[in-house]
Amino acid sequence: MTVIQRSRRLSREERHSLRIGLLFISPWVIGFLAFRLIPFIMSFYYSFTFYPVLETPKWIGLDNFVQLFKDPRFLTSLYNTAYYSFFAVPLATFAGILLAMLLNMKVRGMSIWRTIFYLPSITPVVATSLVWLWMFNPRAGVINFVLSLVGIRGPGWLGSPVWAKPALILMSLWGVGGAVVIYLAALQDVPRELVEAAQLDGANVPRQIWHVTLPMISPVILFNVITGLIGAFQFFTEVHVMTGGSGSPADSTMMMSIYLWQTAFRFFKMGYASAQAWVLFVIIVIFTVIMFRVSGKLVYYGGK
Amino acid sequence: MSTPSAYVVPASEGSLRHQHSLRFRATAALSALLKYGALVLLSGFFILPWVWMLSTSLKNPNELAIWPPIWIPNPIRWDNYISAFKQALFATYVLNTLIVALPSVIGAVLSNTLVAYGFARVRWPGRDAVFAVVLATMILPGFVTFIPLYIIFSRIGWVNTYLPLVAPAWLGNAFYIFLLRQFFMGLPQELSDAARVDGASDLGIFWRIILPLAKPAIAVVALFQFISSWNDYFGPLIYLSDKARYTISLGIANMQSTYGFMNFAWIMAATVMSVLPIVILFFFAQRTFIEGIALTGLKG
Repeated sequence: MTVIQRSRRLSREERHSLRIGLLFISPWVIGFLAFRLIPFIMSFYYSFTFYPVLETPKWIGLDNFVQLFKDPRFLTSLYNTAYYSFFAVPLATFAGILLAMLLNMKVRGMSIWRTIFYLPSITPVVATSLVWLWMFNPRAGVINFVLSLVGIRGPGWLGSPVWAKPALILMSLWGVGGAVVIYLAALQDVPRELVEAAQLDGANVPRQIWHVTLPMISPVILFNVITGLIGAFQFFTEVHVMTGGSGSPADSTMMMSIYLWQTAFRFFKMGYASAQAWVLFVIIVIFTVIMFRVSGKLVYYGGK
Repeated sequence: MSTPSAYVVPASEGSLRHQHSLRFRATAALSALLKYGALVLLSGFFILPWVWMLSTSLKNPNELAIWPPIWIPNPIRWDNYISAFKQALFATYVLNTLIVALPSVIGAVLSNTLVAYGFARVRWPGRDAVFAVVLATMILPGFVTFIPLYIIFSRIGWVNTYLPLVAPAWLGNAFYIFLLRQFFMGLPQELSDAARVDGASDLGIFWRIILPLAKPAIAVVALFQFISSWNDYFGPLIYLSDKARYTISLGIANMQSTYGFMNFAWIMAATVMSVLPIVILFFFAQRTFIEGIALTGLKG
């Protein structure tokens, strides 16, 4: 509507260019409406309904949300997702920057290192999950074998309610290579003069990193942390493959996404599942906004 | 005592210089040792799963649960790679995945280049505001929309077909649009202007001038789309119910849940084969990958 109203005030040339522009972006417009906006609104509506998949949705107001926060399984999934994200995202950020800094120190055989670190991040997640499932096997797996070499008797990993989440976090670090490549590109863009100036001023290496390098790549860190958080909140495939979609043992790997999937496709409660989806969405929005707010002071956006 | 001072000074200076370069070389060697030591140590973590995957895929069933683990199976059982075809529908899964991935790649290249051209090379009122919406959709989690989408697709009879997996690829993806737009904006404006003077339309400019120049960026989009179709698990999981239609990721996960640990050796062989195309693609297009990935983080 606004576009049409405004177009009355546009010159003929502008109207022409508007038509051309919209024509070019029309695939996106159709996709946005069909696969994003309309489902988004429908999902909002469903979240206020009782909707067993074969019947029509029935309006029940806020009941789904009230029930959600009394649902111990949902609260567990909330806790598990928070636990996973709280460790996985900072660890991936730290490991990613560390690896990128090592690779930025003029190492030889760059393409070999890059292959070693990057390849896991594009490996099909199902393949990764199956390999790690077997690696984590307490009695025949390689992880506990490596631990036994240094005299540690490894835990039950995916069979243990205490160790299942740490196992998933450890495994997630295997896919850190995508972020490494991004960090490395950012590090290569840090002007040499800045680092040299800091050296001349007598700054040691940790201070150079803290006061020059990290601030210079901070927009990229923010980007990776936000996309990492959004990904972690929706952590699904690994758990689904490794636990057969159950979130076992004892619900210790029951993530929000897994419970959401179960509610929709095992119990066919589409309204209740949509309410969960909206809680997940609101959490993601809140964290994204917080990240941008907090980072306003911390992130340095160069001259541009 | 009688040593002329003129002689002493250069000597001490020389030894000082010598000391300096020694110390310099020592620190350089130490830092190289630390650097490569750290890299080698960390690589172990990244390489171990590959070794384990290959080793397991060649084991005999009775070697699977032995402690300490066997690294080199005896005899090496190549048959596992044949079992994956015999025991499960491995070939069918590969074929199905290609049926999804190839049209998705074509659709992603066509639609996203068009859209990116509209954002990068045509000046129209409201363009930047709409582009902000494109970027905003990147944080919209797929988990919010999948229930209504599933209901829509089941109403129009698309469930248990490949259409829900292919159609979205033909209708634009925020991430690819962003990537291509960055690339298009970097191409000189004079090219379009010259063609326009010669009477070319925007579609003509897009097709004959921009697209041929954008091959590197198009390669990135094609690669990423292929990999995302090849690796996709969630889409096939909710939309495909007939086992004969499973894609590779879903198929392999299903092998594990159907045949379990006793058959893990040939399931690992299937897993190795499912990873192989991605590994080969990476070796042939390493530069494209790295440039594409790097593009995503910068100017974000």
